[in-house]
Amino acid sequence: MKSYKRFLPEVGMLLPAIILMVVFIFIPFFLSGYFSFTNERLMPRPIPTQWIGLRNYERILADSEFWMSVKNTLYFAIVVIPIQLSLSLASAILLNSKLKFIAVFRGITILPILTPITVIVVIWAAIFQTPDGLLNGIYQWLTGTYDYIDWLGDETIAMLSIVILSIWASFPFQMLIYLAGLQEIPKDRYEAAEIDGFNKWQQFRYITFPGLRNTNIFVVIITTIGALSLFTQVNILTGGGPNGSTTTIIQYMFSNGFSSQKIGYASAVSVIFFITVASLGLLQRRLMRNE
Amino acid sequence: MQYFKYFLAFMLSMFILIPLMMAVTISLNPSNTDILSNMGSWKSFIPQVFSFDNYRAVWSDPYHPFGLYLFNTFFITSISLTLSLMVNSCAAFSLAWGEGKYRKYILGAIISVLAIPGESLVLPQLLMVSKANLVDTYTVQILPGLANAFFIFLFYQFFSKIPKDLIDAARVDGFSLFQTYLKIALPLSKPVCVTVCILHFLGIWNSYLWPIMVTRGPEVRPLSVAMAAYFGSNQTQWGNVMAFAVCMAIPVIIFFLIIQRQFIASITGSSVKG
Repeated sequence: MKSYKRFLPEVGMLLPAIILMVVFIFIPFFLSGYFSFTNERLMPRPIPTQWIGLRNYERILADSEFWMSVKNTLYFAIVVIPIQLSLSLASAILLNSKLKFIAVFRGITILPILTPITVIVVIWAAIFQTPDGLLNGIYQWLTGTYDYIDWLGDETIAMLSIVILSIWASFPFQMLIYLAGLQEIPKDRYEAAEIDGFNKWQQFRYITFPGLRNTNIFVVIITTIGALSLFTQVNILTGGGPNGSTTTIIQYMFSNGFSSQKIGYASAVSVIFFITVASLGLLQRRLMRNE
Repeated sequence: MQYFKYFLAFMLSMFILIPLMMAVTISLNPSNTDILSNMGSWKSFIPQVFSFDNYRAVWSDPYHPFGLYLFNTFFITSISLTLSLMVNSCAAFSLAWGEGKYRKYILGAIISVLAIPGESLVLPQLLMVSKANLVDTYTVQILPGLANAFFIFLFYQFFSKIPKDLIDAARVDGFSLFQTYLKIALPLSKPVCVTVCILHFLGIWNSYLWPIMVTRGPEVRPLSVAMAAYFGSNQTQWGNVMAFAVCMAIPVIIFFLIIQRQFIASITGSSVKG
């Protein structure tokens, strides 16, 4: 039995996946660590690439645009997460109740998941249209004036507009996950609570919410990671503007690495991004294991 | 209470439907001035006229060949889904029923990949594919996303629950590991295949960062990126832009609404294990 040959078939079955993962995940992963210490460029140039130690990181940390992108990304995450979570949980509870046509309401609510993000962005561009878009129409109707808001052109509002559109685009996904979580809570717990005279709020507080513990952790983490990776909406609608007020970390990485072709510098940004996201992932595992 | 719930469900539906109805309404209106003057009112989401002029314009635009974009997306998606099913399920079966002790290390490595966000890999990937002269090809849009740690994990979970007797019986019958996979395990794993197809499809459908970096012209460009480019070059032509959006989104929406049950099961089933 000394021969390793008997492992050949099973290794052969693994091989395609392993090769693809090594080439497209592991090698790029280590390359981005390596590039972050060099001045690598996207297009070849006469001067060879050099090892420059921590200079990329020093420059990034000294760049006010980077800190702006961190601030914007955090602002986005801090505003989006609570609103998105409460909206998705509330709609999951609503759509978990016994209503007529509930399948229709559910079908409608999942439509944004089925719509590609670029289409969603374009539709919202029309809604944000200044001065005559729908949101401004509502604004004028509410205030009874002809004032309007420059939803994407005003530095103080632009990120908020991205927030609104992003919530619309992604809360249905979290809602579905909450819906599944709700359906796993045993029905008899509610029956027992009813007998004990718990009101609806107490039922939510003492049965529903604790029953959703793992769902909550999962949803919080995916929402956070999603929020930190914000890119498509910003790239299409504002390109990071006006005045850098909607630049996110990924948009910053993209414009340095792709548009300005500074692979080395932008790799350092992606390393910082990776460390942030991976620590969130670890935190999730910790929390879920402590059950 | 019940009425209040209906009211809330109605409001929620309107919140979702109005933007989508707006896309359809604007796409059916041939006059750009009408579109602009209606944009701020209810007329922007309840159709007043029904004309397909905008659709004709989208389909015949020489700078943005919609038919080609559609083909590109269809081609990339179908090849990606087929290969991804084969590669990931085959690896997962080998991990679940192979004999080597090395398997647990590989499984560990694959699970650790789940912690790496795709965005942090795109720059070195871009450099690699440009060195390999793969920019502006179908290959570059298919290969990098094929092997997927999460899909392997989903298949692995399913395969490791197959009763040992069944696998042993196949071995006694003279099936090799690969034959057992192909003839017994894979047909059993249809629900996982559906989940993987749906999740992979949504991934391709919503991918943007990678395709804008690796497609420069319309030749191999997928619809998702073409939508953004079309919007960029026709900003004021709302009728055409929305006709483009509707043509792109409607077939997929209808398809998924038909298989709504499997769709929801795939999304939720994929999360519980997270």
